[in-house]
Amino acid sequence: MFSYIIRRLISAVILLLIVSAVTFGIFFLLPKLAGQSTDQLAQQYIGKAPTAADIAAVKKNLGLDKPVYEQYWDFLKGIFAGVDYKFGPEAAKCHVPCFGYSFKTHIEVWPEIQSRLPVTLSLAAGAAVLWVVSGVATGVLSALRPGSFFDRAAMGVALAGVSLPMFFTGALALALFTYQWPIFERSDYVPLLDNPFLWARTLVLPWVTLAFLYSALYARLTRAGMLETLAEDFIRTARAKGLPERKVVVRHGLRAALTPIITVFGMDLGLLLGGALITEQVFSLKGVGAFAVEAINANDLPNILGVTLLAAFFIVICNLVVDVLYAAVDPRVRLS
Amino acid sequence: MTDSSEDRTAAEAATTKTAPQTSAFLDVRDLKVHFPTDDGVVKSVDGLTFSLEKGKTLGIVGESGSGKSVTSLAVMGLHRASRQQRNKVRMSGEIWLDGKELVSADPDEVRRLRGREMAMIFQDPLSALHPFYSIGSQIVEAYRVHNDVDKKTARKRAIEMLDRVGIPQPDKRVDDHPHQFSGGMRQRAMIAMALVNNPELLIADEPTTALDVTVQAQILDLIRDLQKEFGSAVIIITHDLGVVAELADDLLVMYGGRCIERGPAEKVFYEPQHPYTWGLLGSMPRIDREQTERLIPVKGSPPSLINVPSGCAFNPRCPYADVPKDNLTRTVRPELREAGSGGTPANGGVAGGGGHFSACHMAPEERKRIWTEEIAPKL
Repeated sequence: MFSYIIRRLISAVILLLIVSAVTFGIFFLLPKLAGQSTDQLAQQYIGKAPTAADIAAVKKNLGLDKPVYEQYWDFLKGIFAGVDYKFGPEAAKCHVPCFGYSFKTHIEVWPEIQSRLPVTLSLAAGAAVLWVVSGVATGVLSALRPGSFFDRAAMGVALAGVSLPMFFTGALALALFTYQWPIFERSDYVPLLDNPFLWARTLVLPWVTLAFLYSALYARLTRAGMLETLAEDFIRTARAKGLPERKVVVRHGLRAALTPIITVFGMDLGLLLGGALITEQVFSLKGVGAFAVEAINANDLPNILGVTLLAAFFIVICNLVVDVLYAAVDPRVRLS
Repeated sequence: MTDSSEDRTAAEAATTKTAPQTSAFLDVRDLKVHFPTDDGVVKSVDGLTFSLEKGKTLGIVGESGSGKSVTSLAVMGLHRASRQQRNKVRMSGEIWLDGKELVSADPDEVRRLRGREMAMIFQDPLSALHPFYSIGSQIVEAYRVHNDVDKKTARKRAIEMLDRVGIPQPDKRVDDHPHQFSGGMRQRAMIAMALVNNPELLIADEPTTALDVTVQAQILDLIRDLQKEFGSAVIIITHDLGVVAELADDLLVMYGGRCIERGPAEKVFYEPQHPYTWGLLGSMPRIDREQTERLIPVKGSPPSLINVPSGCAFNPRCPYADVPKDNLTRTVRPELREAGSGGTPANGGVAGGGGHFSACHMAPEERKRIWTEEIAPKL
């Protein structure tokens, strides 16, 4: 088990390196290949009418005149060691982990992302708990009585949940519960530790809307998995032992049916932690997703790079956790 | 909807059922297991009667779809373990186990008997064992359902059982998972799990089919030894006559959800009465047969259980279907009759009556002639 985790960890690090190289390449090598000069690149960091001396200074400071692989190396080094920039007479320290400076705001990338992480984490975690519990429970109950009224109703709702886009259900929820009946007033994000009640109240609508989309998927997934598992021979064995049906379903059925759900959950959560773009937009939450949208709209390369790497990091980490969980759940995995 | 039909069967059962006359440990009477489907009612078992004494072994033989597995699952109550299953099955008849009637009993009552008084081993031990739990924990679970003991005691019992079924180093292997066991070991572990509560009835459904030939004999020996030790009644379900040849005291041959021949194993082997049984014996490879001679397969395929052929279910495949006069084979379903006498059995006790029954329209003398002159010399 231990060596298994180590192996997974190493491959995760390698994967992150590859992702960072590719992303860096896309953002800093492609413009060059597309014919953009380093002067033009440097120009983005300064005001509207830069002098040639300004441009030269920025190029030197940011290392834009170096070969791309050296720039990449400096970038990696910056993440672990930080970078000292000199802008003319001012010096600036970009702290560890340094993902560079924004073109537009002249703020370090990381602290900006960091300030928005709690919003995205709260949104993702709350929604995840909701959708896993409701989705799996609905799926199991449906699988226990396939064809029943409950099953048909639940699967109908699930179909709607899967099909309806977030910007529709989100807007609908807002229209109903914020404007028509102001149960959940519109307010800015309140940190959990400041006021847990307000924190939850601000997030209830986004949680529910987001969870609706996902739990629909999870209900269908769980139902299919449970139906398949309940037809397995080992379920018959469990019944032949004289186990009560509840134990047969939970201990023997659900345990086996959960493995594919863990996989999907890892990926979904990883994706979501990198920013729930649409949800954050609809509910005006200033999370990582909103940050990404702003960065893309502003064509702010360092910010885009930072947010992309963060998203990749979350996905890789979640998959790593899934792999380890998988091995914990299914002993056959540990062998290979 | 289905609940009411369940009630009806239970009510019917309550009015008609009386304790069995024979003292047989297991007494199955006119058992019917039907599955209504969109295409029609699948009559997997359609009027089956047999009984079994403690310490005896009954072999149930037949090809796939003959209803032998459905019969064993019915005895175990495994068609009615969950609500979903109960909605899919219609059962009638009587199953008396040690004086208790199981068809009309509350499913939860039958559940409490499962694993304790009756246990089952299945065909493919790899898929029948849960892949995520260790062998030991699965045996411990089986023991603790019916015994109020702590985990440590149960674990000791599990190791003891693994030792008894011939698993080397049982105190170490107890924590292994099924995929770490070989096929034969897995079946041994299954047997250990089935016998952990000293059940009085053990049902083995094709216990050796998924195993290597060399291991098959070991498993059969093990079942035989354990039966002697525990004195339980054993039902072995198989399509392979070789498996039951040495093990079974009595044989029951099933075809199309019904019994077409039953009796003491020797009688069924050496004086088989039914053309289908002849076919089964003819399909069995034997080393002492001339290699130039071909096996004699049973032509055609098993009958549909939704539209069972009228008359004798075997008639479309029977080479002798035209021997009885007046197209009898295709119009009238033959009853089980005792060999020689031709009488109808009042009570179908295989072990109790000791009789040899078969369901065929041909006259007993005719069948005896065909067997001795046409079939036996070729085997």
